[in-house]
Amino acid sequence: MDLEAAKMVGAGLAAIGAGMAALGVGNVFGSFLESALRNPGAADGQQGRLFIGFAAAELLGLLAFVVAMIILFV
Amino acid sequence: MAAQLAPEPAKVDPMHQFTVEPMFGSAGWEAAGFNIAFTNSAMWMVIAAVVLWMFMLGGMKRQLVPGRWQMAVESFTGFIDNLVEANIGKEGKKYVPYVFSLFMFILFANLLGLMPLGLVGVHPFTFTSHFTVTGVLAIMSFAIVLIVGFWKHGLHFFSLFVPKGTPLVMAIIIAPIEFISFLFRPFSLALRLFVAMMAGHVLLEVLSSFVISGWGAGLGFGVLVGIPSFVLMIAICALEILVSGIQAYVFALLTSLYINDAEHLH
Repeated sequence: MDLEAAKMVGAGLAAIGAGMAALGVGNVFGSFLESALRNPGAADGQQGRLFIGFAAAELLGLLAFVVAMIILFV
Repeated sequence: MAAQLAPEPAKVDPMHQFTVEPMFGSAGWEAAGFNIAFTNSAMWMVIAAVVLWMFMLGGMKRQLVPGRWQMAVESFTGFIDNLVEANIGKEGKKYVPYVFSLFMFILFANLLGLMPLGLVGVHPFTFTSHFTVTGVLAIMSFAIVLIVGFWKHGLHFFSLFVPKGTPLVMAIIIAPIEFISFLFRPFSLALRLFVAMMAGHVLLEVLSSFVISGWGAGLGFGVLVGIPSFVLMIAICALEILVSGIQAYVFALLTSLYINDAEHLH
C-alpha cells in the first residue's frame, strides 16, 4: 500500500472516533432524560452539568475530525 | 445547438465558502510590514457587532412594562446572569459583561453565518468557522483565568493542580495530568466552536452538491438523490441552528467554569 492510500484509510479510520462520540453524546442526553423523567423537579438545576458532559463527549469526536483533516491535508 | 450540449457536471467546492479575501480593494493595506486588508471575515465581524448593538439598543429603553423586544433582550441578560451566578457565585457579578458579550457575539456570528442571504446575492461568511477567530476568543478567556488566578492567589494558584486531600503518592501522578488538561483548555475551547461550525457548513455544502449534481444527471437521479438530499438539508439546517445556540452556550458555560476555578481554586 502506498502512502497516499494509507492516508485515506487512516482518515477513514479516524471517522470511527466521530461515531464513538455520537455514542457518548447520546449516552449523556439519554441518561439525563432518563433521570429527569424520574425527578423532573431536580432536572433544571442540572442543565449546566448536562452541557459540560455534552461538551466533553463532543470534543473527542471533534478531535477525531481534526485528526482526519490533518491526515488528509497537512 | 444549445439543446445538444450536455450540462456541465456541477462542481461544488465545499471549502470555497471559507476563503478569506480582501474586500473593497484593500489587499495592499499594510502596517508595520503586516498585511491588514479589510477582509470579508472582518466585514462580517463588524456586521455581527452592529446587529448585536442594534438588538441591545432596541431593548434598553427600560420601560416599566416591557414590550416584546425588551423581553427578548432581558431574557438573554437574565439567562447569562443566572449562568454566571450558578457557576461562579456572588463574585461572578463582575464577569457578567464579559461572558455576556462573548455569548452574544458568538451566537450572532453563528446565526448570521446560517442566514440564507445567498438568495439575494450576499454570501454570509461564518467567521467562527476559523481557528484564528475562535482561538483569539479562547485566549481572551484563558488570559482572564490566568490573570485573575495569579492576582487573587499568587503562587498559591498552582494548588489548582492538586485537588484537596490528595495523598502525596497520587499527587505526583495527578499533578502533571491536571497541568496538561489545564493547558489544553484554550485549545479545546477554540477547537470545539471552530470544528462544530466548519463541519456543519461543509455538510450543508456537500448535501447541496448532491442536489445540484443529482438534478444535473437527469430526472431519475433527481428524484432518487436530489429530493432526499434536499429534505435532509432542511433538517440539517434546523440542527445547525440548534448547534449555533449550543456552541455559544457551551463557550460561555466553560468560560465561566474556568473563571470559577481561578476565583475559588478547588
